[in-house]
Amino acid sequence: MASKAQRRPLGLNILIYGFVGLWFILAAFPFFWTLWGSFKVELDFFSIADWTNAITGERTQAAYDSAFTGAAYRGAWIQEEFWRNVINTFLVCFFVVLTSLTIGTLGGYALSRSGYRYTFWLLITALIFRAMPPITLVAGYLLPFFEWNVWGILPTTIIVLVAINQPFTLWMLHSFFQNIPKELDESAKVDGCTQFQAFRHVIVPVMWPGVITTGLFSFLLAYNDFAVTAMLLSESNRTMVPAIAAFLGTTYTEGNVMFAVAAVVSATAPLFVLVMFFQRQIVSGLTAGAVKG
Amino acid sequence: MKHRTFFWFFLPTGLAMFLFIALPIVSVVTQSVFAPHEAVLKTVENCTPLVGCTTETTIDQEATREIREAQPLGRFVGLDIYLDRGHLAIAELREAWNSAETWGDFWDRLFNLPLYRALAFTLTFTFIVTPMLIVVGLMIALAVNSLHRHLKGLMIFFSLLPMIVTPLIGSLILFWMVDSRGIIGSALVALAGDPNFSLKASTGLTWIMLIVYGIWHSAPFAFVVFYAGLQTLPKDQIEAAQIDGATRWQQIKYVVVPHLMPLVTFVALIQLMDNFRVFEPVVGFNASAHATSLSWIIFNDLGGETRQLSAASATSVLTIIGVAILLSPVLVRTWRDFKGK
Repeated sequence: MASKAQRRPLGLNILIYGFVGLWFILAAFPFFWTLWGSFKVELDFFSIADWTNAITGERTQAAYDSAFTGAAYRGAWIQEEFWRNVINTFLVCFFVVLTSLTIGTLGGYALSRSGYRYTFWLLITALIFRAMPPITLVAGYLLPFFEWNVWGILPTTIIVLVAINQPFTLWMLHSFFQNIPKELDESAKVDGCTQFQAFRHVIVPVMWPGVITTGLFSFLLAYNDFAVTAMLLSESNRTMVPAIAAFLGTTYTEGNVMFAVAAVVSATAPLFVLVMFFQRQIVSGLTAGAVKG
Repeated sequence: MKHRTFFWFFLPTGLAMFLFIALPIVSVVTQSVFAPHEAVLKTVENCTPLVGCTTETTIDQEATREIREAQPLGRFVGLDIYLDRGHLAIAELREAWNSAETWGDFWDRLFNLPLYRALAFTLTFTFIVTPMLIVVGLMIALAVNSLHRHLKGLMIFFSLLPMIVTPLIGSLILFWMVDSRGIIGSALVALAGDPNFSLKASTGLTWIMLIVYGIWHSAPFAFVVFYAGLQTLPKDQIEAAQIDGATRWQQIKYVVVPHLMPLVTFVALIQLMDNFRVFEPVVGFNASAHATSLSWIIFNDLGGETRQLSAASATSVLTIIGVAILLSPVLVRTWRDFKGK
């Protein structure tokens, strides 16, 4: 029961609910609008005559006898073979998350358990690397990759994304491991385990909450990347985001824009599901670095 | 942990960062002081009896290929690329400084140079978006925190969407809405009363559009961090302030905000770094005619048929220097924390 002093006056309540409502519309409406519009024809979603056409779907009705059509999705997924890009994206994301967590947990664990001065310098170096825009590195990749004939293929991009991911992964896992008491693995070492055995049998079973959170952010980084994937993948190996950018490049002819709209909705859907299931982990990951300062 | 054990644990991640971050930086710096070889020219003298001799200059394909293969980096040009028109444009700058009559004239000329134009937008974007998103994020956090428990979860879910969505996709979604045939675009046309009104047509409006996108994209991050901070707000301090008769505004100003101050610094530093690399919105909003950023210049130089590696490398090095300047307060702070330990 709130005390009288804490009860809010009506005016303040209206202000708060009004503001929250406004932010809700700003944050959510664009997504629902685009989802709705992706089932229309271009003349409805980008209506010159009357904006209500986008809601009623007048032209869609005329063309397909129904207010909704999957034509944009058919065009994007089948005609433009967007499914290839989807498969590529999931291959890239899967291997990036797997590799960067494997080597990241080892490194992060070592950083959290070693008290020497060089761990500080390694973390600072990682911070500097984290601050650099990935696109600034791309010019350095191209020549060697052309030379060794490894440009354009998925494994190269995966390794590059793993490396770009490492600084962030290290910082995050380092702080998670510091929260796991040192006594745990030290007592295992007293019992005769090597450092690796202590890690394997004592730390691994308790590290999963931190690893899952970090994995989510690695996934997001790989999934959302545009600069690196657009520059390092050949046309046939493109992931979703550069493929969508390419849809836009191929002239704004009738239908093509709707292909891009359908592709955009398709690429947003997995993120939506991700937030739905892992909201708690994402929030805890965002605040992990901050609360400790 | 022993040095040896540490080494083996750290080796895979260290190697990945060394090979794909540290070495590329070296390679970028190297490339920025080399320019592609010019074609080797040869002069051939054709002598025809009675007509006389003509000399003809052609490209010696074989020799050109040879020299390109022998030195794939190109020829050493020192800092020439940094100083050319596409980058720091020293000559043009001096010329503009000497001949411009007013400050306005000087600025106009400055903004015709690609790097300065991009720098102007990048800095404006960074230093407007960052404070704005902190204010907006704080307002959302305070408002959501006073909601009913069930509503909070829902609001957090939807608030995360603009941040989690792929930047290119997020900007496309908004771009299609503000298109003159989209829903917001047509509303603006109706408001302006001018059928030809378009956000894309003017530089100022394009910048505002990108800045609004930037705030929309990053405010959720500030919101989530501040919201978490609000959960740790000590209740007794608020109660003490209430007993002292502080108004709600005073409670926020003197209790809540000081409590959140370390988080504000954290969000500001992270966002300064991230906003400085602004790139996807420029592509998504198709705004490169009015607004370019440093990252966009690099991308543009690297893309297309002619990959201008040297030009892109020089811009990359300048961008890295910019990031280093932005980052220096963080480094100093971390160093002090470390010394304090």
